[in-house]
Amino acid sequence: MAKLVAVIASTHHPFYYRASTALGEDRPPFADEWVRKITAFRQTLTRARPDVLVMVGSDHFHQLWLDNMPQFLIGKAPFYDANWYNEEREFGLPRMLLRGQEDLSAYLLREGLDAGFDLAYSNELRIDHSITCPIITLRPEADLPIVPVYTNIFAPPLPQPKRFVQLGRTIRELVESWPGDQRVAVIGTGHLSLELGGPRQFGEHGPDPEFDRRAVGWIADGDLEGCLSEVTLDSLHAPGNATHGFMDFMLMMGVAGEGVKADYVDTLDLFHTMEAYFTWYPNGAPA
Amino acid sequence: MSRYLLNKFLYTVDRDPALVQRYRDDPRGTVTWWEAERANQILNCHLPEASTWLRFADAEREALADHDYVRLFELGAHPFLTLTLFIAMFERDHEPLGFQKEYARRLAHFSLPYPDIAT
Repeated sequence: MAKLVAVIASTHHPFYYRASTALGEDRPPFADEWVRKITAFRQTLTRARPDVLVMVGSDHFHQLWLDNMPQFLIGKAPFYDANWYNEEREFGLPRMLLRGQEDLSAYLLREGLDAGFDLAYSNELRIDHSITCPIITLRPEADLPIVPVYTNIFAPPLPQPKRFVQLGRTIRELVESWPGDQRVAVIGTGHLSLELGGPRQFGEHGPDPEFDRRAVGWIADGDLEGCLSEVTLDSLHAPGNATHGFMDFMLMMGVAGEGVKADYVDTLDLFHTMEAYFTWYPNGAPA
Repeated sequence: MSRYLLNKFLYTVDRDPALVQRYRDDPRGTVTWWEAERANQILNCHLPEASTWLRFADAEREALADHDYVRLFELGAHPFLTLTLFIAMFERDHEPLGFQKEYARRLAHFSLPYPDIAT
C-alpha cells in the first residue's frame, strides 16, 4: 500500500513569486524574511521524500464557472497546464506544465464515489495559483506528478464545513489504501481571515487577527471539535468576505486527523493576510 | 436582477486582454456591444446554440457602464471578479496597492452583512 509521508497545509499568497524574485528597489522589505520562512517550510516536504503530490486547492473562476459549478472535483489527466493570463498579468506568475498521476486520480474517483462523495472530474484541467503557489514554494523543481483536488469555496451555495473535513478523512483513507509502494504527500492551501473586493481588503494585516490566532491554534492542535463547534458557513463571513477558503484548511485537518498536533507550525504576518504553514508526518518525522 | 449575467460580463471580460482594454477605454459602448453580442453566448457551447433570454437589469447595466464598482458590490456582483477586473484596468494609474486601498475606502460605508452574492 502507498504510504502517506506528509500532510502539508499553507496559504497560497500569489505575491510570493514576484516578491521572492524581485531585485534592488523592486524587492519589498518583507521579502527576505518571507523567503527564509518558505525555505524552512520547503524542507519539511523535501525530508519526506514524496513520489506523488495530492494537491488540494480552489479554482478562482478560471476554468470552473457558474454555468456548471462542481463542489469537489478531481483532475484526471496525464498533464496539467497551469496559471492563467490574468494571474500572469496580476501576479507575474509563470506558465507551468505539471505531470499528472492518472492512476491515483482514477482510484480517488472510483473509491471516493463509493465512499459517498459525488465527485466531479476533469480530463482537461488547467490549474491556477491555489495549486501552483505551493508548487513554487514547496517544490519549485515541479518534478513530481500531481493529483489536483478542487473545492468550491466561493461560489455559493457551498458545502458545509463538516463536509470538507469528511472529504479530508476520505482522501487520507484512500491514499493509504492505494495499491503500490509510492510515497504520497497531501498538500492543501486555504486562507485564514481574508477580504477581497470589500471594505476591509488590503490592510496592514489580515482583516481579523483574532480569528487568525484562533485558527492557527485549531490547525496546530488538530482541534477539529473546537473548530467545527465555532465555524459555520454563516460565521465565516465575519472575519472577511473571502474567509470561506478556511474550509480548505479544515479539509487538511481532516487529512491529518482529529487531535493530531502539527509537527511544524510557522506564520508570517503580512499586509493583507496572515501567512500560515503546517506540516504533519503521519508516520513520524523523517530523519 | 441578473446577478449571473453581471458576473458573466466580469468573468468574460477579465479573461480577454483586448476586452479589458476596450472596457477601460469605452465602458458604455463595451457594455452595449457585449449585451447585444455576447450575453447569450453559452460558454463552452457551439455558437449557434445560444440562449435567448439573458439581459441586464437597468441598474446593472448602468453600474457596468459607469465603472461603478461600489454599486456593483451593492448589487451583489462577485467581489473577487469585480476586484480582479478593476485592478487590471486601473491599478496602472496608482502607486503600488494604491488602487486597492482606494477601492476599500470607497466601500467603507458597507458593514456586515454584505450584499448576497449567490446567483
